[in-house]
Amino acid sequence: MELKAKIETRNLNFYYGAKQALKNINIICAENRVTAIIGPSGCGKSTFVRVLNRMNDVISGIRVEGEIFLDGEDILSPKVDVVELRRRVGMVFQKPNPFPKSIYDNVAYGLRINGLKDRIRVEQVVEKSLRQAALWDEVKDRLRENAFTLSGGQQQRLCIARALAVEPEVMLFDEPCSAIDPIATAKIEELIQHLKQTYTIVIVTHNMQQAARVSDYTAFMMLGELVEFDRTEKIFTNPSQKLTEDYITGRFG
Amino acid sequence: MKKRGISRLKESAIKAFFFANGIIAILALIGIFGILLYTTIPAFREVNILKFIGSKTWDPTSPEKAEYGILSMIVSTLMVTAGALVIAIPVGIGVAAYLSDVAHWRVREILKPIIEILAGIPSVVVGFLGIVLFGPLIARLFHTSNGLNAVNGSFLLAIMALPTIVSISEDSLTSVPLAYTEASLALGASSWQTLVRVKIPAALSGIIASCMLGMGRAIGETMTVLMATGNARAFPHGFLDSVRTMTANIAIELGEVPYYTTHYYALFAIGLVLFIMTFAVNLIADIVLHKFQEREL
Amino acid sequence: MRKKIIQVIGFFILRGCMYFVLAVLLLFLYDIGKKGGGAISWEFLTAAPRRGMTEGGIFPAIMGTFLVTMVTAVLAIPLGMFSAIYLNEYAKQTRLTRLIRLSIRNLSGVPSIVYGLFGVILFVNILKFGTSILSAGLTLGLLTLPWTITASEEALKTIPNSYREGALALGATKWQAIRTNVLPYAIPGMLTGTVLGLARAAGETAPIMFTGAAFYLPYLPKSLGDQFMALPYHLYILATQHHAITQVRPLAYGTALVLIALVLGMNMVAIIIRYRLRRKRRG
Repeated sequence: MELKAKIETRNLNFYYGAKQALKNINIICAENRVTAIIGPSGCGKSTFVRVLNRMNDVISGIRVEGEIFLDGEDILSPKVDVVELRRRVGMVFQKPNPFPKSIYDNVAYGLRINGLKDRIRVEQVVEKSLRQAALWDEVKDRLRENAFTLSGGQQQRLCIARALAVEPEVMLFDEPCSAIDPIATAKIEELIQHLKQTYTIVIVTHNMQQAARVSDYTAFMMLGELVEFDRTEKIFTNPSQKLTEDYITGRFG
Repeated sequence: MKKRGISRLKESAIKAFFFANGIIAILALIGIFGILLYTTIPAFREVNILKFIGSKTWDPTSPEKAEYGILSMIVSTLMVTAGALVIAIPVGIGVAAYLSDVAHWRVREILKPIIEILAGIPSVVVGFLGIVLFGPLIARLFHTSNGLNAVNGSFLLAIMALPTIVSISEDSLTSVPLAYTEASLALGASSWQTLVRVKIPAALSGIIASCMLGMGRAIGETMTVLMATGNARAFPHGFLDSVRTMTANIAIELGEVPYYTTHYYALFAIGLVLFIMTFAVNLIADIVLHKFQEREL
Repeated sequence: MRKKIIQVIGFFILRGCMYFVLAVLLLFLYDIGKKGGGAISWEFLTAAPRRGMTEGGIFPAIMGTFLVTMVTAVLAIPLGMFSAIYLNEYAKQTRLTRLIRLSIRNLSGVPSIVYGLFGVILFVNILKFGTSILSAGLTLGLLTLPWTITASEEALKTIPNSYREGALALGATKWQAIRTNVLPYAIPGMLTGTVLGLARAAGETAPIMFTGAAFYLPYLPKSLGDQFMALPYHLYILATQHHAITQVRPLAYGTALVLIALVLGMNMVAIIIRYRLRRKRRG
């Protein structure tokens, strides 16, 4: 089975000032597959995923070394248009962060900033995105209401719909379920399984069972280093590294 | 045990003492309003209140028929205030946005105190500069005889209102939760789009409140307009006319008016109108700001 | 690409706003500095005026401003601090407290001439202090009060609650806790705010115009009941009412420079205190 590498990092090093947060990371995120990043608190998984859409650029004093290839092009190159990169590589955050606008305006936001003015087309894309996020039925009658009237799980799915509306190629999930209840979590996990048919997914999670349920490939990180990266089944049934095995079996973390 | 008793009494006394101090603010506000009202009432025995507000002619020292209409002054005050806000609001929000979203943090640390310096310039000095610096400039630019008119006043008032607008708007913009900014950037919006479409709408209540407070400042300013607007009594027909605001009028006439005459009471009546106007504006700003803080929680 | 162009233009406009404001400020300071500097001399600062103000110095005005600001301080500082202590340490979140805060905010918005009117009635007439340093100082004190209350309260808010609780847990009464564990740390911050408030009071003209300031007095005030000369009022008259306006223009500039130097100097002191305080807290 020929798998295409959508994202590939090569010798990726990342520094917050003098502190090194990522050490020599080499990972491949396959197209239309779910890659999970797991590891104990502070291992650098959030930092890693935020480098993929260069969200860390907004922090001052950071330094990145190495290469990150998106479809073969290095996104760390200074010639890259970061704004366009972020449209291609979407992100869903740990804590749902809808805008203080209506549900409709939240999803339409990404379309409007990219210049789509045709109202009918916008409506179509909003509906399509909300359906993709499995939220349409719940909100179709209250699109003009403020987004904060939704529950936590619904807000998170709204954020997913919002990210999908700009038609990205990759979706990054940074611990998307840590702030919402288990039932909503299950819905989102189901969602991710559907989404991978269209998008490449990278998900950071501190919940190992979630990683095992949801992903095709898993990367185990610790203290900024990539300890092991392999197919999910292998990592969880027969890991090569002792450290991985200790973490999986709960000896630490 | 006895010691405990005295100590408790002492604590209560201390608390009462501080409480008395605490309500001084309310007492002062009521006191000012009360005294103004009390001194104004005799004026309305002589002057019809509708004529007071509606008549354009203010001529209290006329030997034949003394007139007490303040409409010209109200219009003058509103003119220079409006002129000031037309300049101060866009520039003020622009500076606030610059400080919150464009400037490097080191630059911001230097510029914020500099804006405070602008706020610290006494109004009499600003008025003085209106006479010696802007007056001749305006006279040359607009071909008037001297530059003491509403344009001058508006410009100077804008400078005085700016620091208020900048400071509060900038606070509001930087208080916008980082989560909104990140969400916007992650969707592929540029920093400018994020500022205009997410941050400013989110900070709007604070920005509006700052503009209202700036407006209050402009309405209540005395020395600046006294020195730079020409103080002609006539009803103004344009911004290049010399105007006399309510505040300036009080300052001009209070020194020479004989005590306890109708004229004297009428001046206090103008003061009362001013008090009510600024009170209303500040109250609205307060309500708007309160709504803002409530939403944040 | 279009996004980028719009951003460049947009940020350029914002930058322009900033430059505009800076330019105006620099223009102000330059004009006063240059033309005022010419009039400043040792004599100007220490001598009394002569020949109807066309010669001599402004020392009495400097003195007068100093004296009236002292009276302002005596009223506004303690009252402001005590009110702030009540609001931050004792008051509960009741309607009354909200009313107090509303009053404070509204007091700071009252026009300075209205304070002047109030001062004329209350201090000059009813309390019969007459036009004097006392009347003017009290009027200014009232004007400054909202500032000192707010600034003192801000200072108190920065003291962590653990300080208060720690003292109470050891058996101190509320007042003891405040006096020993809160006030000593809050006082520097309170001072910063009050200095800023006093700087503003020193520059005010309208409240003192009719409550005690005079243009020319042949002698220095000997008591609080005397009238006084003051820098802002002096500048006002020199600039607008004097019979030889163009001749005294340089003196006006000099007065303006001294006034600005005084006010900005006080502001600087307050900012430096605040800056030092923040550094100490962070360290």
